[in-house]
Amino acid sequence: MGKNMLKRIDLIFKNEHDTDEILSKIFKRSNDDLINDLIGSGLKGRGGAGFPTGLKWKLTSEAKDDEKYVICNADEGEPGTFKDREILTQVPHKVLTGMAVCGRIIGAKKGFIYLRGEYNFLKPHLNEEIDKFHAILKKLGSDFRIEIFSGSGAYICGEESSLMESMEGKRGEPRNKPPFPTEKGYLGKPTVINNVETLAHAWTIFKYGPKKFRDLGVQDSRGSKLFSVSGDTPIAGIYELELGMSLQDFVDDFGDDDCKAVQVGGAAGFCVPRKKFRETAIGYQGKLTGISLPTGGSMMLFNSSRSMYNVLKNYLEFFEEESCGQCTPCRVGCQQLLEGIEAVKRGEKHQHYLNKLLRLSETMKMTAKCGLGQSVANSFSSIVENFREEMIY
Amino acid sequence: MTDIQQLVGELVKKHGTKREKLLPILQGVIEKERSLSDYAMIEIAKQLGISAADVYGTATFYSFMDTEPRGENIIRVCKTITCFMKGKNQILLALEDALKIKLGETTPDKKFTLLETNCLGWCHKAPAMLINDEIYTDLTIERVHEIIGEYKNK
Amino acid sequence: MSKMVNLKINGIDVSVEAGTTILEAAEKLKIKIPVLCYHKDLCIAGNCRVCVVEVVGSRKLVAACATPVNEGLEILTNSLLVRNARKDIIELLLSEHNADCTKCYRNGNCELQDLAAEYKITNQDFIDLAHGTYTIDDLSPSIVKDDSRCIRCQRCVRTCTELQSVGALSVAHKGSEMKISTFFDRNIREVVCTNCGQCVIHCPTGALVEKTYIERVWDAIADPTKHVVVQTATAVRIGLGEELELDAGSRVTGKMVSALKRLGFDSVLDTDFTADLTIMEEGTELLHRLKANLVEGDTSEPLPLTTSCSPGWVKFFEHTFPDMLDHMSTCKSPQQMFGALAKTYFAKKIEVDPENMVSVSIMPCTAKKYEADRPEMRDSGQKDVDYVLTTRELAVMIKQAGIQFSDLPEEKYDSIMGQSTGAAVIFGATGGVMEAALRTAYEIVTGREVPFENLNITPVRGLEGVREASVKIENVLPDWKFLEGAELKCCVAHGLANARKVMEKVQNKEVEYHFIEIMACPGGCLGGGGQPIPTNDEIRKKRMDAIYEEDANMTLRKSHENPEVVQIYKEFLGEPLGKESHKLLHTEYFERQRY
Repeated sequence: MGKNMLKRIDLIFKNEHDTDEILSKIFKRSNDDLINDLIGSGLKGRGGAGFPTGLKWKLTSEAKDDEKYVICNADEGEPGTFKDREILTQVPHKVLTGMAVCGRIIGAKKGFIYLRGEYNFLKPHLNEEIDKFHAILKKLGSDFRIEIFSGSGAYICGEESSLMESMEGKRGEPRNKPPFPTEKGYLGKPTVINNVETLAHAWTIFKYGPKKFRDLGVQDSRGSKLFSVSGDTPIAGIYELELGMSLQDFVDDFGDDDCKAVQVGGAAGFCVPRKKFRETAIGYQGKLTGISLPTGGSMMLFNSSRSMYNVLKNYLEFFEEESCGQCTPCRVGCQQLLEGIEAVKRGEKHQHYLNKLLRLSETMKMTAKCGLGQSVANSFSSIVENFREEMIY
Repeated sequence: MTDIQQLVGELVKKHGTKREKLLPILQGVIEKERSLSDYAMIEIAKQLGISAADVYGTATFYSFMDTEPRGENIIRVCKTITCFMKGKNQILLALEDALKIKLGETTPDKKFTLLETNCLGWCHKAPAMLINDEIYTDLTIERVHEIIGEYKNK
Repeated sequence: MSKMVNLKINGIDVSVEAGTTILEAAEKLKIKIPVLCYHKDLCIAGNCRVCVVEVVGSRKLVAACATPVNEGLEILTNSLLVRNARKDIIELLLSEHNADCTKCYRNGNCELQDLAAEYKITNQDFIDLAHGTYTIDDLSPSIVKDDSRCIRCQRCVRTCTELQSVGALSVAHKGSEMKISTFFDRNIREVVCTNCGQCVIHCPTGALVEKTYIERVWDAIADPTKHVVVQTATAVRIGLGEELELDAGSRVTGKMVSALKRLGFDSVLDTDFTADLTIMEEGTELLHRLKANLVEGDTSEPLPLTTSCSPGWVKFFEHTFPDMLDHMSTCKSPQQMFGALAKTYFAKKIEVDPENMVSVSIMPCTAKKYEADRPEMRDSGQKDVDYVLTTRELAVMIKQAGIQFSDLPEEKYDSIMGQSTGAAVIFGATGGVMEAALRTAYEIVTGREVPFENLNITPVRGLEGVREASVKIENVLPDWKFLEGAELKCCVAHGLANARKVMEKVQNKEVEYHFIEIMACPGGCLGGGGQPIPTNDEIRKKRMDAIYEEDANMTLRKSHENPEVVQIYKEFLGEPLGKESHKLLHTEYFERQRY
């Protein structure tokens, strides 16, 4: 513990408030130039899915429509994630700046922050910051406006198409894709939707140039990332670290010397057992050797006092409630997985039934309509496969 | 005109009648009434030109849009993994003890409703709970009694 | 023409227009991909996932119904991956479904059951989730909603909202609690449901079915003290065959009459008789209103006049446009006119005490069950129509009786209230009432036949959602001078979403019609909620062709030429809109709540 293996980065929460100066400089540059900086930085979506941000903005800027939108996804609902709240508390102007620049580039006049209902207490502060920001925009001759849209308690609304359905006043059910938001998003208009952290990184990239960001991280996992660290750790909190780090180094820094598993990426992510810490790197899948795990930044540590059965059961209870319920594999699959492990634990089903459940989780991964249903298999299979004995006895 | 009609009328005046304003309008009713009555939903449906069943279906999708009557203060204790690991069950027992109600119930004086909720985003300061829009973290049994005491005296 | 896209499905090349889905492309190659939430009448949902297929090179399977094709795509519809996943999904659906098939109303005609049979799902390993907590709502006179049979494909919700714009059903809650619900989960009979039954013919399973009265009808037939009269609506004779293994669009009038006699009904009569009567009453009402509005400036019975023979439409109107109720014709539907006359005029004629008469109607409709239950519908002094069966229920009775339907001889309806005209026959298709009314009204006013070749008023025919037509009235008879040179503006709409559009325009005074025909169901009664399952546009078209064929083959094609109609006015009713008509053949409407 506390070995300080990993370099602490200080970009996102860096105390800097020169919004008007930065914006006026950015607004003088061409859109192509700005997009090239963003692409050059290697920034990928920090919500977890990791779509290249520059490309997303470029595609949306090329979409032909009079009306376009920028949405900041602040529906931070993944268990174990709490970094976006802190960004919006401490440095909201960076996020607002990222939105305004995006609006300029793609040709949108309106931006929304979809703020989860659980963070309603942030609204007064955030609205103040938005007012201040609007004054700066006005001074610079921009009529871009940002508004908060409040969620009302639905994890699935973090999924971008559900979020847009929710903003349209409907049940937050994921849409069929294609079309993607870059083409048809909010109200059927081309829309850029980015995670809070992604937009905050844009500030750094536009202020300091793409190189400063690109120099951090490895290969195709560039830059720094905020990690929400919780569970069995003496130093729970939010940390900005470089992508590409080894999980062993992470555990050495943050664990309590008795860490048996780390859940990377929240309930929708993967559970890595101690024996695989060394071969696991945190970053986007691709050129990293060994296992590489992308993440929205949720890192939950479990020590040997924890029952992984209880952990999995808690996740499955979460999914069973938070699935939107529209597609069969997710709605029924989540119930079957939950009731299935309970039945095995109680001895009502033979332990071989776990194999049937593993196959089911694979089917869910392949056939569910959206990322939620597809990702339930991640925690399920990684926990059942690595801690099978805890599921049975 | 009933109070509900007046409230909905004001909200519609503020937000307009487009479908995309449904959530803000529902949230406006919740803010005042703590829950959505059938009257409120019928009135909203009428104003927005959509079916009442559609309003009901949309509202019930969202955990914070209660369609059952709730108390003045809604307590939502986080039940997701880290809060679970850090003793949310003890916190819940303490709350049940302090309020003399069970999970899911409302006190007879309609002052409190006790509920659970999924991840509140305070895992590093678990266990956590919301009372209305206020967040309380690093909860202990003593702290719970203090907080409830404060609300009772409000 | 749009761009063509080339792809391979199961190794076979196919070229389709850009924007085509994988499902449609496969259909072109006659490769069947199973579906549940998909229905040709409805928008794409992509939620059951039964239609998943493999895209070579992708780690995820995609829903064939919801995924557009791309150039060079290679699709496998029957790979091991697809088969295993599909089997899992069917098993999952069965695990949350009350799969007690032998006790299900849709046993033998269920899309989920078919799939389970096709995939030989014999061992159900998954935990049974369909236990206990579901409710069955059977309080409606028309529709039974059994949530334990529901697979949450949302076809019914899309039907109720998109096709019908009724909004009685909605998806409520989320996750494992997600269900199809009415407003606050109230009983169907308490909410805006119009009982049209379109949800019933779109439901793949037994979650939404008609409320059946088969046993009560058998009881009545078996009771020697009862004289059981049966009437058959026009659309039944072109739909029934489908339930009895004949092709869609088979005309089975004579066989149906023969079957009804064999089932033991005492009098087999025709709703078409009262359809002709409806034309007499409604046509007269239209002319009366035209005169009042155009000559006397009396707008107390305003224009446009809308038809009232579709009970789903009537209830929809009462819920949705309560301020406009005086636009609706006061004429009862043919079923209810028939009911009121059966227990008065007919009973007297055949010398049966109306108290010993049981009046049954066979309808393509579930809303008719509700209509017969309306408290106003007792003008004969008793319940005018005792039991309403759908086309499907009649087929069940025929099968139960062991009748070989296709071998039956053709028989004729009994007389008195058994005769009809082509005008009555076309009531079964959208536009038919309009056409029938025009055939008669034009002739009353001008003394000449309506100026369309072979009396076929083609502008009001077809499956277009809203159709308009106008008829110029010239060289009128002396009584109708005020109509000289007038242009009668008509509108036809079918499906309640179209009805809403038209009536909103009327409400906002954006259109000026004199007469509007509205049928609640897409296609009119031929696509009614009581008709054979499946129903889609292809089948509707076949049934429609059959109806117009039946009309063309009739000697009498105008309602006012029906000799039994002439006779009943002479002997019993007096004249259209007369005192006796008013008592037995007309009704009133009420404002209803909006949830």
